[in-house]
Amino acid sequence: MNNFRYIGKETRRPDAPDKAAGKAHYIHDLRRPGMLYGKIKFSDHPHARIKHIDTSKAERLNGVRAVITSNNSPEVRLGFLRDNLALKKDKVRQYRDEIAAVAAIDPDIAEEAVELIKVEYEPLPGLFSPREAMKKGSPLIHETDAQGRPRTDNLLPLRFHHESGDLDAGKRAAKYVAEGEFSTPRVQQCCMGTAGCIAEFDMNNNLTIWAKTQIPFLAQRDFNRALSDMGLHDKNTRIIVPTIGGAFGTGLDTHAYEYIAILLAFQTGQPVKIVYTRDEEFAYLSPRQSSTTKIIQGCDQNGKLTFRQVEVTQDNGAYTSWGATYPSVMMIPATSLYRVSNVYFNAQLVYTNNTYCQAMRGYGNPEHTWALESNMDELAGEAGIDPYEFRMINCNRPKETTPMGLKVSTCGLKECLETVAKKLDWKKKSKKGKCRGKGMASLVHVGGGARIYRSDASGLILKLDDFGNVNAFHGGVEMGQGLHSVLTLGIAEALGVRPEKVFINPLDTSTCPWDVGTHASRGAFMACNTAILAANKLRDKIFELAEELFPQEVEKNLEKFRKKNPGYKPPDFDFVKAAKRERFDMQDGSIFIKDAPREPWLSLDLGRLLRTIHFRTQGQMLTTEVFYDPPNELPDFEKGFGNISATYAYGTQGVEVEVDTETGEVRIMRMVAAHDVGKVLNPPALKGQIYGALAQGVGYALYEELLSQKGKILNPNFRDYKIPTVQEMNFPVDLEFIETNDSFGPFGAKGVAEPGLVPTAPAIANAIYDAVGIRIRDLPITPEKILAALKKLKASKD
Amino acid sequence: MKTEISFILNGSEVKVTVDGHLRLIDVLRNTMGLTGTKEACGEGECGACTVIVDGKAVNSCLYPAHEIEGKSVITIEGLHVPKHKLSKIQQGFVDHGAIQCGFCTPGMIMSAKALLDSNPNPSDKEIREALQGNLCRCTGYVQIVEAVKRVARQMKGKQ
Repeated sequence: MNNFRYIGKETRRPDAPDKAAGKAHYIHDLRRPGMLYGKIKFSDHPHARIKHIDTSKAERLNGVRAVITSNNSPEVRLGFLRDNLALKKDKVRQYRDEIAAVAAIDPDIAEEAVELIKVEYEPLPGLFSPREAMKKGSPLIHETDAQGRPRTDNLLPLRFHHESGDLDAGKRAAKYVAEGEFSTPRVQQCCMGTAGCIAEFDMNNNLTIWAKTQIPFLAQRDFNRALSDMGLHDKNTRIIVPTIGGAFGTGLDTHAYEYIAILLAFQTGQPVKIVYTRDEEFAYLSPRQSSTTKIIQGCDQNGKLTFRQVEVTQDNGAYTSWGATYPSVMMIPATSLYRVSNVYFNAQLVYTNNTYCQAMRGYGNPEHTWALESNMDELAGEAGIDPYEFRMINCNRPKETTPMGLKVSTCGLKECLETVAKKLDWKKKSKKGKCRGKGMASLVHVGGGARIYRSDASGLILKLDDFGNVNAFHGGVEMGQGLHSVLTLGIAEALGVRPEKVFINPLDTSTCPWDVGTHASRGAFMACNTAILAANKLRDKIFELAEELFPQEVEKNLEKFRKKNPGYKPPDFDFVKAAKRERFDMQDGSIFIKDAPREPWLSLDLGRLLRTIHFRTQGQMLTTEVFYDPPNELPDFEKGFGNISATYAYGTQGVEVEVDTETGEVRIMRMVAAHDVGKVLNPPALKGQIYGALAQGVGYALYEELLSQKGKILNPNFRDYKIPTVQEMNFPVDLEFIETNDSFGPFGAKGVAEPGLVPTAPAIANAIYDAVGIRIRDLPITPEKILAALKKLKASKD
Repeated sequence: MKTEISFILNGSEVKVTVDGHLRLIDVLRNTMGLTGTKEACGEGECGACTVIVDGKAVNSCLYPAHEIEGKSVITIEGLHVPKHKLSKIQQGFVDHGAIQCGFCTPGMIMSAKALLDSNPNPSDKEIREALQGNLCRCTGYVQIVEAVKRVARQMKGKQ
């Protein structure tokens, strides 16, 4: 399939017109009859025993319909280690702990009621860094685990480890060694549409929840479990996903606020809506996990890597969500970015009284690539080899198996490196007088799904109607990234209909087939693979029916055509004999015989075929369902081995910066990004994904940090937490897509949602080093850090 | 506390009774049911709630409702007239890949519209100045700036 009709062409997103018109409905815009507004009372301490909760004043406030605490509502546990409660019982472990909640007839009353709730605490010593929390004799943040078994330290019971080759031999073989400790901050995802939900029960005690989620089917499982905890056994949750105002990983877990809305809705018998304000989103939603990475790498005299040793420590915060599993992704670059044998990787995760963390775009990969690619430049420096040449020497190649057991199918890393070097005029040094410099960094990421659960599957149902429309039901979440746009194109291309005839239905667990979740850049890869499978099944059925219907319908066409065109002589072609299933094709909803002459009457409209089979006696309908599970493996993360993805995305980004040595400010002059995307599906959507990820990478590199002091978030607003605006993104970005046409990829494509963010920060740091000779090891690279490093550099020279 | 105000909303005169503490965005979204205008920060930092008041782009989350008396407000819903057809600026955003999650889009479009209404031929610098108060987390702004430039060129070509 190389001559695509729709794939790779500039096409508009189907959801864009409504969004441009203000007609797309987000959770913020939805109302249900009788709906109440929920508000949460969060903790006033980072670590304390709850002595007493007084809700009496709140209950008496006019307009309040319910006030719930752990004292008057069922215990609902959440998190994959089940170490968190929707409403905290005896103890709070972070400032964002939910102690009570209110449902009221309007948001103002709910807010006023929350302020009337008084909590008496017995403060406990707080632990705000892994170092403090790991000290012998430190207070325990969790005295017991979810099963009530006593705990003896603050380490999480999760192991992420990899050893391959012979580390000591690798160290002996190294002529040059570079070592560094690198850190990354907690960062807020900053979805423009904040988090929220509406929970509503029917009179059979089944739940419907409008949720901002990326995992509707896993959330259904979580919420059904909560219903059981509430004594509502064998009851069901239906999840409806409204238009999502950005997610970036925030929707990969279920949240306490959702369970609280469910508890309030059950208590009141009315729908309850909870939507976070911006400051709540900053302070009380799980941000990106922070990390500290010690890395040592060595190479021989020719620049060939001989070993890599990595030790990661993560400040897990008070409870466990997916932030704790970032090391499962860190292992991918640690073992598989550039060719290296003799690898050691270990991660430890520590409970603290800081906010607990969750997924964000890249999921451990930006954290690890920050350390790895900064250290690659340091090692190149030690070896006296140009950083670009050094990367080329160690470049991954197609069809190799990495130390983690990743089976690299296609790999465009070499082309990506070459492209960036060429476009950035790598050999031409920046003008030194102006403190300009160039840097580059690469990435490897999952590009063919990511098996982190037993299943990595996704379903698709296609239903054809009387008019040849294709109604698609898919479990993947459109959260702005353009999933519906590529699914539409994938169906149109593979089935042979026009994109305007494809309608993607809203995501509802009661109608859409199962999908494990929209994460790990898997959306387009999975959706288009299901589209191809479903289209092939449907085409078989359509062509089977056409064998019977084509001759009679085409005969009618011909009669009509002759009436309109007297004297017309049809070509000498026996379409009755030629009407065999294997000879049919369909394009733009028109069924024709592949080798037949192109005559206007010699085709059958898909809608007509459908009307014929619908209306005849003992008729039939055309629907199909498929379930695609990619050929990848669930790794053993304790051993750090397993082919997690069917294919891998590679890329290299280069940047030229100018450093103002007076102010410490870094100005990005230009950026070049070359990504092995397998195949471009929809050019504007793909560019949008890379540009957007780049901007998040620039924020991560230079501006963003969720600051906290003794567990309290200090900058919960856009005034004090700066994300890039159109002014910061004021530099040329040169994108180049390398098409490696992966055989596992639908139409050859790989997942590309996350890669643009991954190498941005180390590329910038490497460019800063090139410009002014300072190596910043902790993100973000603020002017203060630059000035301090310049001062230190000057002192060392004097 | 309650006062009656009248103003022009998307070309039609409306009269509403408002509580003293209400903001323009509350009147638009809750009283008038025009949910196209988004609230994403509530303190004038993100621009998602941008509407046009008497020709100028303003943050409706900072605008006291009672101050709208006698003024003319245009929201995103007022741009696509006739109702089933997008305006040029809206269509430009659709055509040039400037929309992802869409939550910032109405505010971004209103800022762009206010710019183009007063300056049909803006420079790159002027476009960036007009949009610097509108945050977007999805797009990296590249296709947004491009869309505004193309719409400006297209409108100039038509004149």
